[in-house]
Amino acid sequence: MLKAEIFVYLKKSISDPPGIAVLNSLKSLGFENVEKVRMGKYIVVYLNENNIEKAKEEVKLMCEKLLCNPVMEEYKFNISEE
Amino acid sequence: MKFGVVVFPGSNCDSDCYHVIKDVINEHVEYIWHDYDEKLDFDCIILPGGFSYGDYLRAGAIARFSKVMPRIEEFAKNGGLVVGICNGFQILTESHLLPGALIRNKNLKFICSDQYVKVVTNKTPFTNLYKENEVINLPIAHGEGNYVVDEATLQEMIKNEQIILQYCDKEGNINENTNPNGSILNIAGICNKEKNVFGLMPHPERSSEKLLGCEDGKRVFLSIINYLRSR
Repeated sequence: MLKAEIFVYLKKSISDPPGIAVLNSLKSLGFENVEKVRMGKYIVVYLNENNIEKAKEEVKLMCEKLLCNPVMEEYKFNISEE
Repeated sequence: MKFGVVVFPGSNCDSDCYHVIKDVINEHVEYIWHDYDEKLDFDCIILPGGFSYGDYLRAGAIARFSKVMPRIEEFAKNGGLVVGICNGFQILTESHLLPGALIRNKNLKFICSDQYVKVVTNKTPFTNLYKENEVINLPIAHGEGNYVVDEATLQEMIKNEQIILQYCDKEGNINENTNPNGSILNIAGICNKEKNVFGLMPHPERSSEKLLGCEDGKRVFLSIINYLRSR
């Protein structure tokens, strides 16, 4: 079994309203040195697969097809043995 | 004229659209279930508002892969009229039938209110009965209506007159103060380059009867009929 940890987050050029809200909240809590906050999604997919290269290809397809909207988002992922 | 209203799990404005077409503008209308997988024999397809598939992952992202969607893509490619209202607009951007994407409102709130919008162009099948630059009042109700698009595509859209509706005030002023959700250029509604696919965040089906306080939205449906009859 392989475990893919996928991160989906907004492109740098897209404004991130939840990120700005959290930034303001952190500042109001006294974390004055916080410069910027960007929010995203963390998705874990368990694969019934042993071949890491094959899993990488498959997860890439999953991201491009469904998990990430390339108009506004980017993704990255790590694959490890579970 | 034969209208079709698509029903996804979680659609909640399907009955409103059905009612307006059947009882207000007196045209033929049928519901289309989300797993309908045959050629669409309709004059106009409406993707209604709601929270299809619970808005999980992204609004419209999962509905995009419903069985009916390739049929709608085929229908649109053959010149059929498609209207996506609110969640329907989100589904159309996820399907790449319309450019751009809709992200969380700038103020993070679900906005439910009346909103003035300007009909920027009436040279479309959906707005031909409005005056150019007419200010109308339509209800909005959404959490993810903040329209984003890359600069190059935006310039193309401006050039092709694809921006149809912009948020404004009663006098028609379009600026940051009259922008409810943070959309680029106050965009409330757009169409594709071919002008047969229309997506908008406001709800014309909720403002098509005097009984509900306003009928400014009715002319969207009447424009469609006007276009189809003159074709």
